Amino acid sequence: MNLSFLILIPFLTLLALLAGNGAQFSRMIAAVGMTIQLGLSVFLAFAYCAERTAGNTTTMLFQTEVSWFKPLGINYHVGVDGISIAMILLTAIVMLAGVLISWNIEKMTKEFFILFMLLGAGAFGFFMSLDLFALFFFFELAVIPKYLLIAIWGSGRKEFFAMKLALMLMAGSALALVGIFGIHFNSAAADGTMSWNLIEIGKVHIPIAAQRLFFPLTFIGFGVISALFPFHTWAPDGHSSAPTAASMFLAGISMKLGGYGCLRVAIYLMPEAAKEYAPIIITLAVIGILYGAFATVKQTDLKYMNAYSSVSHCGFVILGIGMLTKTAATGAVLQMVSHGLMTALFFAVIGMVYDRSHTRIGAQMGGLLKVIPFIGTAFIISGLCSLGLPGLSGFVAEMNVLTGAFEVNSMYPRIITLLAACSLVVTSVYILRMTGLVMLGPLKKEEFRNFKDARWTERLASYILIVAIIGMGVLPFWLSGMISDSMGGIFDNLHLLAGN
Amino acid sequence: MTEQYFSGLRIELFLTMLILALLVGKVLAIKQNPIGTLTLISVFLISSIGISFMQNESGYLFGTMFRTNSTILFEKAILLAGTFIVFMLGFEWMKKQKHFLEFCMLLLSTLLGMCFMISSGNFLMFFLGLELATIPLAALASFDLDEKKSSEAGMKLILSSAFASAILLFGISFIYGTTGSVSFDTIASAIDGNNVQKFGFICILTGFAFKISAVPFHFWTADVYEGAPVAITSYLSVVSKGAAIFVLMPVLYHAFGRMSSTYIPALILLSTVTIITGNLFALRQKSMKRFLAFSTVTQAGYLLLGITGNNTEAGASVVYFMLIYIFSNLGAFTVVSILQNRTGRDDIGVYKGLYKTNPTLSMVLLLALFSLAGIPPAAGFFGKLFLLSSAAGAGYYVAVIIASVNMVVSLYYYLNIVKMMFVDEPEITIEKLKPAVTEQISLFICCCGILVIGFIPAIYEYIYNLSAAI
Repeated sequence: MNLSFLILIPFLTLLALLAGNGAQFSRMIAAVGMTIQLGLSVFLAFAYCAERTAGNTTTMLFQTEVSWFKPLGINYHVGVDGISIAMILLTAIVMLAGVLISWNIEKMTKEFFILFMLLGAGAFGFFMSLDLFALFFFFELAVIPKYLLIAIWGSGRKEFFAMKLALMLMAGSALALVGIFGIHFNSAAADGTMSWNLIEIGKVHIPIAAQRLFFPLTFIGFGVISALFPFHTWAPDGHSSAPTAASMFLAGISMKLGGYGCLRVAIYLMPEAAKEYAPIIITLAVIGILYGAFATVKQTDLKYMNAYSSVSHCGFVILGIGMLTKTAATGAVLQMVSHGLMTALFFAVIGMVYDRSHTRIGAQMGGLLKVIPFIGTAFIISGLCSLGLPGLSGFVAEMNVLTGAFEVNSMYPRIITLLAACSLVVTSVYILRMTGLVMLGPLKKEEFRNFKDARWTERLASYILIVAIIGMGVLPFWLSGMISDSMGGIFDNLHLLAGN
Repeated sequence: MTEQYFSGLRIELFLTMLILALLVGKVLAIKQNPIGTLTLISVFLISSIGISFMQNESGYLFGTMFRTNSTILFEKAILLAGTFIVFMLGFEWMKKQKHFLEFCMLLLSTLLGMCFMISSGNFLMFFLGLELATIPLAALASFDLDEKKSSEAGMKLILSSAFASAILLFGISFIYGTTGSVSFDTIASAIDGNNVQKFGFICILTGFAFKISAVPFHFWTADVYEGAPVAITSYLSVVSKGAAIFVLMPVLYHAFGRMSSTYIPALILLSTVTIITGNLFALRQKSMKRFLAFSTVTQAGYLLLGITGNNTEAGASVVYFMLIYIFSNLGAFTVVSILQNRTGRDDIGVYKGLYKTNPTLSMVLLLALFSLAGIPPAAGFFGKLFLLSSAAGAGYYVAVIIASVNMVVSLYYYLNIVKMMFVDEPEITIEKLKPAVTEQISLFICCCGILVIGFIPAIYEYIYNLSAAI
């Protein structure tokens, strides 16, 4: 299968949107485009599994390489392994759900979907790129459209928060850029040629001095976008002021770009420095987890609540990556997928509730499950997934991270893991309390009786996400198997080191 | 022999012919016909771009005075293209001027001067070209006879240029005194980097810094940009700056090649200071032209940083960046020119809510600003990245970090304009503006340039192969 289709389809959808006119047309085009995209992604997953069962053991499958800036050795180079497939599936699902949720956007509909498609193209490209330059190109492509999405269609102090988000993410990518330069210019192979190709660089040993210098830059650079403490402050504000679909993308996909970048670029290419810096990483991660969880308890605004809980959950991603064991890293990727689905559903539901009640303050609602049972049920499912109920995706992911983290045979990581596990209790506190406040109990206001339950597009979007969440919770093995098989490539570098 | 002269000087000859033709038209007092004149100029400029790609022999003419090779011709083609777009974007304003023909002649003479400048093989030729390029520019800056500010701009430009030229000449005299030559080649082999030469070099670099408005020699920029007619502002910011950068490279790499331990720290200092200061000033501007002035100051800083890299890569990235920069900056200036012509205002308040009334213009400005800020998929992303990559390749990571963090600062002010256009409510009501045909051509060329250049691998490869000869 030619992977370029996955970039081409959002792009073609974008062109079709540009050419067409009218709100309904734009919605239809975007929905059709993303449905095809989801179909292709699922097909890709099956094709990938078929190749693997047929015994193909190449690290990256379905590679395409086209020269881009030849004198500099920059190529457009894409290929996928199990980790990429998981992220691509997640992106395709969240994109389609995002388009469906945005059905009732009336203001500048066409522009909204154009920007959304641009984001999507960036994310798909990022998860497939095997060339550092191309990877960075797609990374940046997936940052700036968010500014416009929030500033134009957002709510609250949208301009300010949009700017904060854009600047913080750009600062992150500026650091990542320097890190990438550092990697490239220290990647000289035996014959002296320097490469942008991830796989080639993976075979080369980057001098340890350079690793010490550029690992923090790269890791923090990508870490900013996955809300690494203390660079997480853009996340709550950005998420809460964004329109629903943008929040879904932001928390569901965009924060995963960071985790993926940390894993694929920082850890994979600079394993020795990763080992040295690991204690700092997991400390920051656990601070993020606990801080996010406790901050969530204090929130009254539903979107802020979910945003802070995203900071907490993304801490698990960083924690899993920072533990540098296969199981924990597999858990981290599972957590990326699980949290992506769960948070997208949560933001979608909050958006639906807000559309009806025009408030996001939990205390002003109550008993909504009686009048809007579908939305209420979806709310509760996403909440339960967030607190890690077995049978839903959150449990699988966090279990993997925690057990994997405990595998490390030394004291400090174990203490950290214990602390991280404590946050699960806090999570149930805020989830159950918020569910009780918003959904259960007596009806707070009489006007709630006029609420209409979810429209078909909202239902469809929720169904897609719920099916994915339950599917992943009940049958985690094919996904986790696919991911952990591919971890081999990344951790081979690490295990070559002494002491492992 | 004659053939060689014709071939080497073909662009200069073309331009001289054009200027003479305009002069004859003026003297014979043929009735002023702006459209006819513009057509003539366009045909000449486009055909000059065409012939610059023709078969070429590299070498020297007039002793070591005049140097020519494919790189220099390509650089001239870039400047010619820039001038062509300037004519397109400024035509609506130009045709209303009483002295339209003089305006064209002056503009073309500065271009001629720049062509000689980048072809120079020794400092004498360089200085001649520089003066030919600068003096008409001062006249052009004060061309808006009804505007006080315009005369002020002309005055400031001529004074600061004269000052810069004097310092440059002072520096050249030191180099001449210690090496006994003004020819780049002889200097290159005779120079040993003693203190007198270092002083001379710093003076020469100062002269260059004035021309490309690097901090701390940037003070003339904002006032001149604000006062001068938009066409001249855009010309100053792109073509004039490009010429200075293009000639700076051979001067550094050839003539002062042995002094790289002196010029590289100087350039890094100059570039980081320029980037930071330009950014900080751009943050607070209320006039669009002043805003773009400081944005070009910042861009100059990035160019200087790019130059510090390994010669071939640095040369390629600088030329590539200039090529992209022409389209991005002129794209922005086209929109500014259209709005200033129609509303008579230049403050950024005019841009509030522009998307509601003029979606096309806003989209072009958005693209241009994104390209200046270095955001993909606009071509500026690639341009800026290669400049940084060239400096990183030479190992100047601290400067690269400063520069790339400053990209965040610049993003703030570019996004602010974008926010005004797309989010804010209009301050004044602007009806839907219909750009004239010439302006449409300019908008179209700039958009194509911004969107396409990064995705055609052949362009960069072509420039890279040339730049070995800088």
